[in-house]
Amino acid sequence: MTERILVGTRKGLFVLNRQLAGVAALWQIEAVHFLGEPVSMVLHDTRDGTWHAALNLGHFGVKMRRSRDGGKTWQETAAPVYPSQPADAKEEKPWALQQVWSLETGGTDQPNMLWAGTNPGGLFRSDDGGDSWELQRSLWDRPERLEWFGGGYDSPGIHSICVDPRDSQCVTVGISCGGVWQTPDGGANWQLCASGMMADYMPDGRAGDPNIQDPHRLVQSRSNPDVMWVQHHCGMYHSRDHAASWQPLSAQPSSFGFAVAAHPHNAEVAWFVPAVKDACRVPVDARLVVTHTRDGGNSFEVQRNGLPPEASYDLVYRHGLAIDASGDHLAMGSTTGNLWLTENGGGLWSSFSTHLPPIYCVSFAE
Amino acid sequence: MPNVVFAPAIQRHVPSPPRRVAATTVRAALDAVFAEQTALRDYILDEQGALRCHVAIFVDERKIDGSQLADTVVDNAEIYVVQALSGG
Repeated sequence: MTERILVGTRKGLFVLNRQLAGVAALWQIEAVHFLGEPVSMVLHDTRDGTWHAALNLGHFGVKMRRSRDGGKTWQETAAPVYPSQPADAKEEKPWALQQVWSLETGGTDQPNMLWAGTNPGGLFRSDDGGDSWELQRSLWDRPERLEWFGGGYDSPGIHSICVDPRDSQCVTVGISCGGVWQTPDGGANWQLCASGMMADYMPDGRAGDPNIQDPHRLVQSRSNPDVMWVQHHCGMYHSRDHAASWQPLSAQPSSFGFAVAAHPHNAEVAWFVPAVKDACRVPVDARLVVTHTRDGGNSFEVQRNGLPPEASYDLVYRHGLAIDASGDHLAMGSTTGNLWLTENGGGLWSSFSTHLPPIYCVSFAE
Repeated sequence: MPNVVFAPAIQRHVPSPPRRVAATTVRAALDAVFAEQTALRDYILDEQGALRCHVAIFVDERKIDGSQLADTVVDNAEIYVVQALSGG
């Protein structure tokens, strides 16, 4: 049974815990860590219970924290560090860490291994639980990287890391704006896997170029890892062949958004949170809804039960939607500090708070 | 020897009392401080050794150009390191 939710916000890390009150579940704020500091990403390592948090101090850069006791105490750990930039580097922009935008554990066969995706586009690996990090030069040095560009930030960023539960050597990453890349061998080699995605923000002749696609968020089905879902800048995409190809999906009221969550036990089921379009990033008709598919994206139903009946201008960002291991509980947090929870897959959403700081990421810690 | 002072907002992350160091440039003064307190470096400089974009440095109350940190400092200068309001 899920016990905690980690909510990374503009002003700290909020930890929610769950109390049973009769037949109802009552969530409450258990603790607030790093009050006042932006927390760009959190990770609960299900292998050993460790929590990791990435702070993005506005003045002093990225700092990492780790707790081995459920948040009672925290240690400062190493932040990913880019290597010295060669004088003849083919880019003027500095090789300097701007943000940790994704954190993921290695496989159950890789204790202490962690992955970190960053802005300006580097992927880092730790083999010691976050005590040190190494830039994956195999991806960083790809010549294609020089054509990546910023999506949401001034620099490219790796926001999604999917480790195949069948084979921990196979890792798929989503990059705004750099497409989808996959390694079959733990990072030694990489291939571009965004065939089928279309970028209407590019000149016509480049719209299908896999290397400049903007997948906003990439998630992988745990029950059938060949199935992946992408919320893209220009729509929604679905793959049934482990990212070898992508097919567009369409949902009403909109196919635009940032977040997507995949059911852990049913590869046909996923949730998206639509907004109008890239030029207008608010809910359609000012009605926040969730779109939900149970047939692999062939059709979608709109979930609005428990969501604001009045005008709502919430935007749920890339990491603002999370699902727990049961597949019944989801958490959804917006950039305006509103947090909703559901115990039944979105049949009914309940408002937890309308007064949190802007929410960057939500994650279940079970 | 110039005196290097860190603003309270930096001190709350890494306690850094004012200190005099032997240096004739701002960069040399910072390097001397970081030699004593390695943890402080990552709060002030990025991994390429550049001043973080939302950190400002004043020498005798004059804001310097942080791009090179090559400004010379006289023997009794005060080097004040502070968070820039742009990062707030």
